[in-house]
Amino acid sequence: MEPIRTVEGTAYPLGVKNVDTDMIIAAKWLKTISRAGLGKGAFEAMRQQPGNVFDDPAYAGSPILIAGDNFGCGSSREHAAWALADMGVKVVIAPSFSDIFSGNAFKNGILTVALPQEVIDRLMEVAKTDPIDIDLETQMVTTPFQDRFHFEIDPFRKSCLLGGLDEVGLTLARTGSIDTYEQRRAQQQPWLSPALA
Amino acid sequence: MTQARTLYEKIWDDHIVDRQEDGTCLIYIDRHLVHEVTSPQAFEGLRMAGRKVRRPDLTLAVPDHNLPTTARLDADGNRLPIADPEGAQQLAALERNAPEFGVKYIGPTDREQGIVHVVGPEQGFTLPGMTLVCGDSHTAAHGALGTLAFGIGTSEVEHVLATQTLLLKPSKTMEVRVEGQLGPGVTPKDVILHVIGVIGTAGGTGHVIEYRGNVFEEMSVEGRLTISNMSIEGGARAGLIAPDEKTFAYIKGRPMAPKGAEWDAAVAYWKTLHTDEGARFDRSVVINAADIVPTVTWGTSPEDVVPITGVVPAPDSFADATKRAAAEKALDYMGLTAGQRMEDVEIQHVFIGSCTNSRIEDLRAAAGVVKGHKVDGRIRQALIVPGSGLVKLQAEREGLDRIFIDAGFEWREPGCSMCLGMNPDKVPSGERCASTSNRNFMGRQGPGSRTHLLSPAMAAAAAITGHLTDIRAWADGKEQGNKA
Ligand code: SF4
Repeated sequence: MEPIRTVEGTAYPLGVKNVDTDMIIAAKWLKTISRAGLGKGAFEAMRQQPGNVFDDPAYAGSPILIAGDNFGCGSSREHAAWALADMGVKVVIAPSFSDIFSGNAFKNGILTVALPQEVIDRLMEVAKTDPIDIDLETQMVTTPFQDRFHFEIDPFRKSCLLGGLDEVGLTLARTGSIDTYEQRRAQQQPWLSPALA
Repeated sequence: MTQARTLYEKIWDDHIVDRQEDGTCLIYIDRHLVHEVTSPQAFEGLRMAGRKVRRPDLTLAVPDHNLPTTARLDADGNRLPIADPEGAQQLAALERNAPEFGVKYIGPTDREQGIVHVVGPEQGFTLPGMTLVCGDSHTAAHGALGTLAFGIGTSEVEHVLATQTLLLKPSKTMEVRVEGQLGPGVTPKDVILHVIGVIGTAGGTGHVIEYRGNVFEEMSVEGRLTISNMSIEGGARAGLIAPDEKTFAYIKGRPMAPKGAEWDAAVAYWKTLHTDEGARFDRSVVINAADIVPTVTWGTSPEDVVPITGVVPAPDSFADATKRAAAEKALDYMGLTAGQRMEDVEIQHVFIGSCTNSRIEDLRAAAGVVKGHKVDGRIRQALIVPGSGLVKLQAEREGLDRIFIDAGFEWREPGCSMCLGMNPDKVPSGERCASTSNRNFMGRQGPGSRTHLLSPAMAAAAAITGHLTDIRAWADGKEQGNKA
């Protein structure tokens, strides 16, 4: 995974609330067997609308997306995170995120930044003309106009994102504890291993 | 002294392998269901890193989303290919990955095949007190058996395959208590639609919901599966219902359920799985059962519910400006006007199926309405899609298939079908479907499709009358429909 330290650039000022996973990537794009290439299906329905932010050359290739409340609600499809990653989005800023989406985003090296609606309103304003800067180390979102907004992030997620660490590898290093747990439970609850016919 | 704990906390505590300083826990996963859509990239990841599946014996793979629900074998008994190349490719990937990684696989022509969330409980793969995951948000369904079950993304699927664990933070707890007497015609589906209407689609975010109160205690296990299934529509990643004698009776004798002395030990443990007296929930919502009436959705979010006797709401009636804008958009998309009576809404499609409502009780309820009637001439397609091959067989044994076919329904092979626009069963653009599934998002049943969520009995009644129908009026004979 690519480490994230600072991300600076233009931001798609989307602002819409309740952007669900169907809007991010419609079901017909789920039939892939690989992670790459989903960017071209991202926000397909919204892109049919004239004047949408995604087809506005001013924002082309933006690494940042600004949205409204409850971003990523709906299904657990990780394709939503892959689609965002494939279109080059590294940070999504919104007042709140669905639990599953923020987990999926994190696992794919996308930073989700939750900030209050007033801040979102301000960033939407700025994004129309200027770049936005996100520093994960200091947990700050800044603009060229001296705006400084601090955001919270889980320390574990932060260190994984900063180091570009792969979770499976981290957990496999703890195989000893898993073995111990498994043996203990197998004794206490012998029915746990099914007779898989 | 042990502290009073909720059911969720008991299951959680029992599955902690390791706890990090920041509260993140390495949680052991007892059961893992795998389907064709969210697993290819996980297996791809294992292969690329040279990793194995840690516990193939705790993993079960079943295709469901992509499979066409038409005949799967030709006249000579050969398997028919999936016409859609991408769907075929996903199925082929699962059929390659399962044996390569030693995972048990139930294929499209096996009679145990079905929707993962129907197959798990049916096979006794899902048991109380366990943690169960699947790359699918409706994994919440399994919570009906007192199983901590939730949907995960594909990276997590890979993590579970490789380590049989997940890194998680504990959720907050929420109690949804429904007490009192349900009125006539009110089914589990109406209860959960009503609950979502009350709490909203973000109401349970960050929480695990435990459904409590006499209404859930008195409900069948299949009804509870319908309830817990839609926890995710209320924003919660998981739902739970404490296991009881009904649960034990439901599980006993299923192919993968414990037997003999193990069964007795398991039941003794399962009996400890309830929220202790005095345990605290972070949030509590209490609903009077008598307030619940047969319910349908009018919009494009599962919280857009209204009693079947109600009218399409006016966008102005919402205090919140965003909700107002969303309602306007939804009405436009749905082709409805404010003030229109729900009972007057004509439909062109009926879908009885999905992991919410495709079990035998659902089919019995629908057949009870359909018997002796004909599907209205204005209906273009009326599908009955059993949740599994075993449900289908059982229904055929009871003669339900004949009732449906005689009335003009199509009797299909098990799968996700019209629940989502991913296989050939789709609602055409601009057409309207009375559906027993769980999501009415824009385009969910196909681009431009319009969905009204409702119970199996009301979906069946709508098929007969050609419009959304109050099941109570139907039962009273005020709504007649077409006699056979
Ligand atoms: S039936 Fe629908 S909700 Fe259930 S698993 Fe299939 S697609 Fe998902």
